[in-house]
Amino acid sequence: MLDHKSLGSKIRNTVIHLIVLFLGLLCLFPLLNILAISFSGSSAVVANRVKLWPVNFTLLAYEEILKDRQFWVSFRLSAIRVFLTLLLNLVLVIPMAYAMTRSKKEFRCRNFYMNLLVFAMLFNGGMIPNFIWLRNLKMLNTIWALILPGAVPVFSVILMMNFFNGVPKSLEEAAFIDGATPYQVLFRVMIPCAKPCVATVSLFSIVGSWNDFFSGLIYMQKIENYPIMTYIQSLNVNIQQMIEQGMLNQAALENIMDLSNRNLNAAKIVVAVVPLLLIYPFLQKYLITGMVMGSVKE
Amino acid sequence: MKRKTSKASPKKTQLYYHSMMIPGILFLLVFTYIPMAGLVMAFQDFVPAKGLLGSPFVGLKHFRYLLGLPDFSRIVRNTVAIALSKIGLGMVIAIAFSVLLNEIRIRFFKKSVQTIVYLPHFLSWVVLATVVTNLFNLDGLVNAAATGMGFQKINFLGDIHIFPVLIVGTDVWKEFGYNSIVYLAAITAIDPGLHEAAAIDGASWIKRVWHITLPGMLPIILLMTAMNLTGILSAGFDQIYNLYSPLVYETGDVLDTYVYRIGLVGRQYSFGTAVGLARSVIGMLLLVICNKITLRTTGQRIY
Repeated sequence: MLDHKSLGSKIRNTVIHLIVLFLGLLCLFPLLNILAISFSGSSAVVANRVKLWPVNFTLLAYEEILKDRQFWVSFRLSAIRVFLTLLLNLVLVIPMAYAMTRSKKEFRCRNFYMNLLVFAMLFNGGMIPNFIWLRNLKMLNTIWALILPGAVPVFSVILMMNFFNGVPKSLEEAAFIDGATPYQVLFRVMIPCAKPCVATVSLFSIVGSWNDFFSGLIYMQKIENYPIMTYIQSLNVNIQQMIEQGMLNQAALENIMDLSNRNLNAAKIVVAVVPLLLIYPFLQKYLITGMVMGSVKE
Repeated sequence: MKRKTSKASPKKTQLYYHSMMIPGILFLLVFTYIPMAGLVMAFQDFVPAKGLLGSPFVGLKHFRYLLGLPDFSRIVRNTVAIALSKIGLGMVIAIAFSVLLNEIRIRFFKKSVQTIVYLPHFLSWVVLATVVTNLFNLDGLVNAAATGMGFQKINFLGDIHIFPVLIVGTDVWKEFGYNSIVYLAAITAIDPGLHEAAAIDGASWIKRVWHITLPGMLPIILLMTAMNLTGILSAGFDQIYNLYSPLVYETGDVLDTYVYRIGLVGRQYSFGTAVGLARSVIGMLLLVICNKITLRTTGQRIY
């Protein structure tokens, strides 16, 4: 845009920078606060003296986590789940997306499959029928209940289909004329062209399955089988139940339960977020491509 | 039909494409389509031991019961109120933020702000609920600051009037950065010549934003509105479940949390399924209608 060096535009520019800075800090401070709490002594936390920097620096909370066996069992379960879900998603989604880029002439059942996909995206049985079905399959309390129901993220299929449609047709046609099979075209031509999209879909998969606590909550009945987010969530709910049972002195109960746990809970969520922070730089790189592609449908 | 030049016969090519679809479709059949049969239990008095085939049919009993329930209108009202506020406020803030961010010329500053404001979107509500509780608790930092300035303590998480505000506010806080990505992309697609011409004619910045930037974003704004409105019956289970308590059920309980509590925790499987079914059918109708409207007005599809 134009740069008028008038006083008015300078003031305007300063105000805009200040507002943007304010919004940025607004997003950053709560997260810094929790980080600071996790490194602070609990008396300082209780007295609300911790703002953005640790007070009475200590690693006590983290040492406590190292001793918490269940935390690491859950952490490991989540890691395995993320890995298997990602693998399954990619193996299923990529070929589906490619087959869906065919015209009706090239692939006669294309529209039938497409309708199956779209309907599965728009409608589902809901939590209770899903729960009953997985119970019938004897999958409750197994890692498969956390992985298999999300094997085909339809949104990702459509995202990738749109991306494949954007790859120049001539590349594909040249390969077909040379006698390539559809699989060869997919692996040698399309996937190398679609790296940003594969990255986007992978990241959606990783973030989604790492952050999900609900499947763990309904499909896992023993705490030993909780994935990390469900485990952390269950710690919060225990406090809630205490309040529920003794509603009269709710404030008092909150005091007891909350304050002793505050820096420990803070440390737990910090550790649980670390894996996401590690992939965040990659995530951000493909974010914009992913989002913009996602908003252009069919 | 250029594919005929391929060595494989057309029939064989079809088989290739089927083989690409079938594994995924099988998963969808087993884990999405078959459980839909379980929706039958909304019309039954489902007893797990008897199964779907053995449980007695009761017709629309659970739906009638639902409509007569005093809780029901309250829960629908809560759901729609919270969802609409989130959509409205969320869009306004995200659009305003993208317009402002587009004015930032210092690359490093812009990139840093973007990195920070996109981050909360990727954090689970389980994590953020701990953050929010820590800040807004009776003994949290916000109340400490309030009492420090001579105000009374506010029970953000326990007051029925403030709780929905907290829910909407924290959701907007989490998502505005991420949602601004689409709008920012729309702004950069606007022809800069328009701005230059308007500036030469003496239009102020505000005027240019109002008459050039916002109209240029209109198609994407309409599309996002339609897309968001389809979520009007889901006020955000993860967030509310992690923050609410019986103290605030009156204004904070929404359809999804209700189904979970009554249906799964309370084991009223049939009733819970009936509520869930009503919710998904209405949700799907909304989506189909919104899709028709956006296809007419912007030429884009939601799905």
